Amino acid sequence: MSIRERLSGNEAVAYAMRQINPDVFAAFPITPSTEIPQYFAQYVANGQVDTEYVTVESEHSSMSTCIGASAAGCRAVTATSSAGLAFMYEVLYVAASSRLPITLACVNRTLTGPININNDHSDSMGARDSGWIQIYAENNQEAYDNYLQAMRISETPDVRLPIMVCQDGFITSHAVENILLEEDAAVKAFVGEYHPEHALMGRDHPLAVGPYDNSPYCMEHKVQQAEAMKNAKRAILDVAADFEKTFGRKYGFFEEYRMEDAEVALVLIGSTAGTAKACIEDLRSQGIKAGLVKIRVFRPFPFEEIAAALSHVKAVAVMDKSEGYSAAGGPLFAEVRSACYDLPNPPKMIDVVYGLAGRDCAVQDVERVYRYLLKIVETGEVGPRYIHMGQRSAKEEVLGNGL
Amino acid sequence: MSYIQAKDINEKTPWQGLTPGGEIYEGGTSKLTLTGQWRVNRPAWNSALCRQCLLCAPFCPDSSIPVKDGKRLDFDLDHCKGCGICAKVCPFKAIRMEQEVHQ
Ligand code: SF4
Ligand code: SF4
Repeated sequence: MSIRERLSGNEAVAYAMRQINPDVFAAFPITPSTEIPQYFAQYVANGQVDTEYVTVESEHSSMSTCIGASAAGCRAVTATSSAGLAFMYEVLYVAASSRLPITLACVNRTLTGPININNDHSDSMGARDSGWIQIYAENNQEAYDNYLQAMRISETPDVRLPIMVCQDGFITSHAVENILLEEDAAVKAFVGEYHPEHALMGRDHPLAVGPYDNSPYCMEHKVQQAEAMKNAKRAILDVAADFEKTFGRKYGFFEEYRMEDAEVALVLIGSTAGTAKACIEDLRSQGIKAGLVKIRVFRPFPFEEIAAALSHVKAVAVMDKSEGYSAAGGPLFAEVRSACYDLPNPPKMIDVVYGLAGRDCAVQDVERVYRYLLKIVETGEVGPRYIHMGQRSAKEEVLGNGL
Repeated sequence: MSYIQAKDINEKTPWQGLTPGGEIYEGGTSKLTLTGQWRVNRPAWNSALCRQCLLCAPFCPDSSIPVKDGKRLDFDLDHCKGCGICAKVCPFKAIRMEQEVHQ
């Protein structure tokens, strides 16, 4: 039986961690993820878990601790945000290339600078090519459910890749919402125990991890890693299917909201999906066929699946909650637009960069995007493809000047 | 259980035949890599001057001075990298560094 509760996103993740009782937690605080190690420290102090709680001096060290622990055969977890994730950059690649299934709770916060503590996705988007699986949540329930599924995906023998479970800083991490929790025993049974075939400790054969890799071998190992990321697609769906069977909540690579007959659609990640859904209901009551694709899994990127989901849509706005500074749009736009290239009739597609560093995005803002898409459909003219929304401006902007 | 062994992997092995992340499931595999090819200088041992004090062997960072029954043997030139430490520490000038000539 599920338990009805009210928790913040950070509490929900810490609660899941307590239920899983990982072997090692490497802790270093950074806003807005700090509460996760803070709540977990209480579980440790109360004897509710027997996790080795390692307080370290930096995020580079927390990830390094996870790497050592994971290589030793332990289930290792950590949590971070923003500059903390950036400080892990070097070792994120070591974790992935050493094929260590570490679980990182990423509470998304903008990346400095200018220094700011609020939400956007620039931190985890910066790590998108580090070889980590990345799963994003719309709300607290999804943050909890994604965390429960994370280890099984990442520990799958033909995957063996670390996983980042992301949620929006403050919006999700600090807002208290209704949530369905699962019972400890059911969670333990679902997640299972971690018994890797090879480990530095407790095996009858030795192991060396992360040796120097000469050029005659290194590319082959990178190809193995790329294959593992492809395998993760299957593992993600397998685990989601079992999760639905066990707990009744359904997950996939993305959620399609009112997409069956949608003519205009948004593609976005995270908490803005709730705002978009409210807007879609408004627009639908006015006879406008609006839909939404909410990305859950960004790495591995569901390339063919996204294309199929958008194949019948006339105009799409990809909503990027991070700047790519590419002068051509954000990272989500690049991927979605590329995925649609092979469609016989690709939708017209624009990129709307929004919500940077905590800039609010309300139902009216989302509505302006849909109305702009309707204009594109009507005129057949796409106009500028790379647009910012929500900034103050001295001139007239495509999506209003925010003043 | 048998795992992929370092001796079964070489520069012709396809990616499917390598271990994940390059992990190694046995000890002492450095023996299989002939690092002696990297050498610029090579040590030459003059056994007539050598007093078998055995100072050189533990100083060698590449375990390239084999010791058997309390006596050092000639260099393991498959692995010696020619650093010259042994020549420096030998109190009896029984080791001389020479220019390596690779065939
Ligand atoms: S030259 Fe260096 S590597 Fe070679 S035997 Fe002497 S100490 Fe060892
Ligand atoms: S240090 Fe010199 S004398 Fe001593 S064992 Fe080595 S070569 Fe011989």
